Amino acid sequence: MKRQVYLDYSATTPVKDEVLEKMIPYFTQSFGNPSSLYTIGQNSKQAIEEAREQLAALIGADPKEIFFTSSGTEADNWAVIEAAESRKGKGSHIITSKIEHHALLHSAEYLEKRGFDVTYLDVDSQGFVDPAALEAAITERTTLISIMFANNEIGTIEPIAELAAIAKKHNVVFHTDAVQALGNVPIDAHALGIDLMSVSAHKIYGPKGVGALYIRKGLPLPSHMHGGGQESKKRSGTENLPGIVGFGKAAELAREGLAEHIEQVTALRNYFINRVRAEIPDIHVNGDIERRLPGNANITFEFIEGEALLLLMDLDGICISTGSACSSASLTPSHVLTALGMPAEIIHGSIRFTIGDFTTKDDLDYTIERLIHNVEKLRGISSVSKEKGWQIYGAV
Amino acid sequence: MALYNETVISHFTNPHNVGELLEPDGEGTYGSPVCGDMMKISIKVENDVIVDAKFKTFGCGSAIASSSVATDMIIGKTIEEALNVTNKDVLDELGGLPAIKVHCSVLADHAIRSAIYDYAQKHGKHYAGLDGFDPHADADDHNHGCDMENH
Repeated sequence: MKRQVYLDYSATTPVKDEVLEKMIPYFTQSFGNPSSLYTIGQNSKQAIEEAREQLAALIGADPKEIFFTSSGTEADNWAVIEAAESRKGKGSHIITSKIEHHALLHSAEYLEKRGFDVTYLDVDSQGFVDPAALEAAITERTTLISIMFANNEIGTIEPIAELAAIAKKHNVVFHTDAVQALGNVPIDAHALGIDLMSVSAHKIYGPKGVGALYIRKGLPLPSHMHGGGQESKKRSGTENLPGIVGFGKAAELAREGLAEHIEQVTALRNYFINRVRAEIPDIHVNGDIERRLPGNANITFEFIEGEALLLLMDLDGICISTGSACSSASLTPSHVLTALGMPAEIIHGSIRFTIGDFTTKDDLDYTIERLIHNVEKLRGISSVSKEKGWQIYGAV
Repeated sequence: MALYNETVISHFTNPHNVGELLEPDGEGTYGSPVCGDMMKISIKVENDVIVDAKFKTFGCGSAIASSSVATDMIIGKTIEEALNVTNKDVLDELGGLPAIKVHCSVLADHAIRSAIYDYAQKHGKHYAGLDGFDPHADADDHNHGCDMENH
């Protein structure tokens, strides 16, 4: 069988065995509707409450502040749209950044169509939002600030405590999309002063189709799903029982193993980056190297296009992703790398490698061996090179 | 692999005619690295027949596969026959590309025309198949953005 190396943990993660084992009975045996009053229904309710406690413990929250959703995207939509809409009496201005996930950016664009003004903050060349720029953007009409905890493409970790403090000082609600940060960075929602936070199970070795929104106790946020009154009447819809149970278990494992996970994955990531730097010429590591998610290595290979490299690596059984326009449905280069000020031709050659709990040093050695071979091969085919330059304006 | 068919993968992983001719009779370039793909092609012509063609392409898998197939298709053809090769022919030869990648076959088609245009200019030739073709037509666009649909 062809060797497979999975290096796309930021896209999704495999479900851990312990998580799956805990989930299975809730499909077939303990399948009762948590709203039902008989025993198996109440058992289901209890399982959900246990998961709520497990997730709360991972993010420094009270279980009553956790509301399960279908995804991180749903949590982002709910938080941003309802927080903004319900505060229209105060104003209709919100602030976010240019490097947010599309779940956030497209929610903000939706609000713009509904008459809101949105400020999209720039980031510096390393991917950081400037707290001073955030403070300067706040007006009397500002009701919501949403800045991601850690970026999905370049892995940079934003100064959340500082940004949340600025929001609090100006009496503005602060939301963060922590989908990538969860299980990779210690998170204490209370200590950080976060009002709203989106998370997802499938990035932390839990199942797909389940996320959650943290809503700080006392913060008013209207429902966006109306129905049977589940999740303390905040988010109706029969609960994804096995999914929530799996999310809880994954959160428990993430909390217990957090220090070890960070140490192990960071060491592997640094080993990978150092070898690529030493062994492949004309590469750049994109985004700050220190304040960065443990497993993220976003690297540009100059003079080749990322989708071509992705395909050759896939033929070698290696799963990676690219910010190149050629791989996106819209044929536009990554908005995140564009926001760093990188030229388009450099963005086209960017590859994201994300390392996780099941990655081994041997996987990385194999990946580097194939990278050296495939980058050299594509550079041999390419019409641009270090010697000839990019010839950007010579082309017709 | 689901994204591309076996023909495309074969031409992408083992492309034919990669390189640059030392003393080409005509050269053409199309696309821009800014837009994610740029093909350079050089041709050797004897008695109005393209006897050799080489390409270099910065671009995605389908751009490289299109370049390989397109150069294969014009070698041995007269200039007029080569000018009749359309991006549709390149697509057919590849067994099709995903809709979003069709512009890559247009890239090859344009690069070939540009090389023949260069040959015609240098050798004082006129070909009916080049009427109305302007290799510089899209040059200004490169400062403004990448109109992938019109490549």
